[in-house]
Amino acid sequence: MKILREILSPLIAVIAAFIVGGIIVLLIGDNPFETYSLLLANSFGSAKDIGYTLFYATPLIFTGLAVAVAFRCGLLNIGAEGQLYVASFAAAWVGITFGGTIVKIMEGGQPKDVDWSWMSLPATLLVPLCILAAVVAGGIWGAIPGILKAKFGSHEVINTIMLNFIAVALVGYLTQYHYKAPGPILQTAPIGEAAYIPQLNQFLPFIPKDVPLNIAFLLAILMCVVVYVFLWKTKWGFELRAVGENPSAAEYGGISPQKQIIIAMTISGALAGMAAIGEVLGYRRHHEEGFSAEWGFLGIAVALLGRNHPLGVFVAALFFAVLQRGEIFVDAFTPRVSKDIGWVLQAIIILFVACLQIYSKTTRTKGKV
Amino acid sequence: MNELSLFALIFSAIRLATPLIFAALGGMFSERSGVINIALEGLMLAGAFTGAVVTYEAGNPYIGLLAGMLAGAALAYVYAIACIKFEADQVVAGMAINFLMIGLPALISGAIYDSSGSTPQIDKVNLLPEFFNRLSLASILAFALVPVCWYVLYKTPFGLRLRATGENPAAADAAGVKIIRLRYIAVVLSGVLAAAGGAYLSIGQSSLFTRNMTAGRGFIALAALILAKWRPVPVLLACLFFGLTEALTIQIQGVFKLPSGEDIPVQFIQIIPYVATIIVLAGFIGLSRAPKALGIPYRKEK
Repeated sequence: MKILREILSPLIAVIAAFIVGGIIVLLIGDNPFETYSLLLANSFGSAKDIGYTLFYATPLIFTGLAVAVAFRCGLLNIGAEGQLYVASFAAAWVGITFGGTIVKIMEGGQPKDVDWSWMSLPATLLVPLCILAAVVAGGIWGAIPGILKAKFGSHEVINTIMLNFIAVALVGYLTQYHYKAPGPILQTAPIGEAAYIPQLNQFLPFIPKDVPLNIAFLLAILMCVVVYVFLWKTKWGFELRAVGENPSAAEYGGISPQKQIIIAMTISGALAGMAAIGEVLGYRRHHEEGFSAEWGFLGIAVALLGRNHPLGVFVAALFFAVLQRGEIFVDAFTPRVSKDIGWVLQAIIILFVACLQIYSKTTRTKGKV
Repeated sequence: MNELSLFALIFSAIRLATPLIFAALGGMFSERSGVINIALEGLMLAGAFTGAVVTYEAGNPYIGLLAGMLAGAALAYVYAIACIKFEADQVVAGMAINFLMIGLPALISGAIYDSSGSTPQIDKVNLLPEFFNRLSLASILAFALVPVCWYVLYKTPFGLRLRATGENPAAADAAGVKIIRLRYIAVVLSGVLAAAGGAYLSIGQSSLFTRNMTAGRGFIALAALILAKWRPVPVLLACLFFGLTEALTIQIQGVFKLPSGEDIPVQFIQIIPYVATIIVLAGFIGLSRAPKALGIPYRKEK
């Protein structure tokens, strides 16, 4: 019964959102059925489609887990976007610096060769180091609003939004002034080959070679398990959830809400930072301005739709990956509707999930804004 | 800094504070009634988008402003239903409204103007008027609104009931206040005001709507509201402070140099308002006390 209800209310939210979205599409002057078939039907037809869907799902699993962990502690982390942004740069920075190659970097408007070959690291060291950089950078960027909330009581929603803007500016500065590759696009120099992570195609030949699905997807699955074990099978997870359900009762029971808030936000930021791994080490091989397709914000919808549970997050991430892939087709093949339909559906889904909370006992965000 | 640029700085601060004043005063009504309003950002965007489209189509900024305020009211009503009727988590529902207003304007402008990035440019003569070349009508309205809000909040029965509802809804209910209705009114009112602030952005400060053009101003307005301890006159001062930090970023650009003689990278200047918000929030939130029932849905005892 309980499981049924857990599945039912997200399902109702999605269906209701599609109905409202359909009405909007109709008002705009397109055919909702045609729009939805473009949106949903291009994701599972072939091995290539499936590969791309899983590729799109990978960062969403990480950001969804990130938001879910924070939510379990009664916190709404809207900063996953900024956290994965600093993580992306951090991973690229390590990958460039210890990549063992000579790279071209713009300096004062002129391309200049910078020789980092003397700091070369082997792949067995460099890949873990890049991943660590992403995790630490994301974790720090998440810890800041956690500390601010724990020490001063200032609300994490405002602070994470502000830190998103700050992250984009600071990373933009570092990219533009210190690591920019020649060319019109604002991106860093490429990382060394030793920092590349393997494509899944190498192990699973049925996935076409041109699909950028890489082992970050396996890491995402692993993190679903790790987060589940952490939240429900360890003392730390219990304490974190206790604060989310009732901070004063937790405090009475000897758990420090302040400490748990900082821990939750740090873990949340680190998970969000992992979203950069597949992107930088497995796909782009550099950091690029605006590379994230708003995964940090989508993570909120993923977590809420997935009931803040790792299994739910995994399924919800697949669902939103389908939408993300479908948006491209909607953009290209409908006369009027643009890919922004994805944002609209996502927003309405979040709203409906929030409205349906009344029928189930769920963690609510804490604090006054 | 010479006198002329100080003069410019002050007017620039007033200009930039204007949308914040509208939004923060709006948020004040909602929050004083006990409903968190993290949706200010989205409500501003609703006003900015509708204001720009209607002004462009009708060629009249007043009709545009009015339409924007109506759009804000409608969207706030949706938010109110979620928060009050369905007792949704107010922070989550508020963010949903904000996300909706990133996507929906782009979707609509993509359909009618074939450009999801922005709406068409409005003729300069059709924008909200500015006096002495500097002072917008909207700024004057924003300043005038402060004593009006003060009067409404502290000197009218509506204001008394509003404050009581936010502090102790059960007691207010016992005294005959219609809690639910009052909260609906307060949230819709906050939508109207926030949307007016947003409309000023698109038909006063600039001449078109661009995607997510509020750039966090709704959240900064919320921080100003907290800094002002949910009171109208301090709201004005707090908004002016944030307006000043933003004005400084514009004035600093290209004026001050690094010791090496180079310009300060623009990114360091851009982050000033955001850093200021975080610092101010951390420094002052401990001193402010939120309305007691803020964020808690009200259910009548049976």
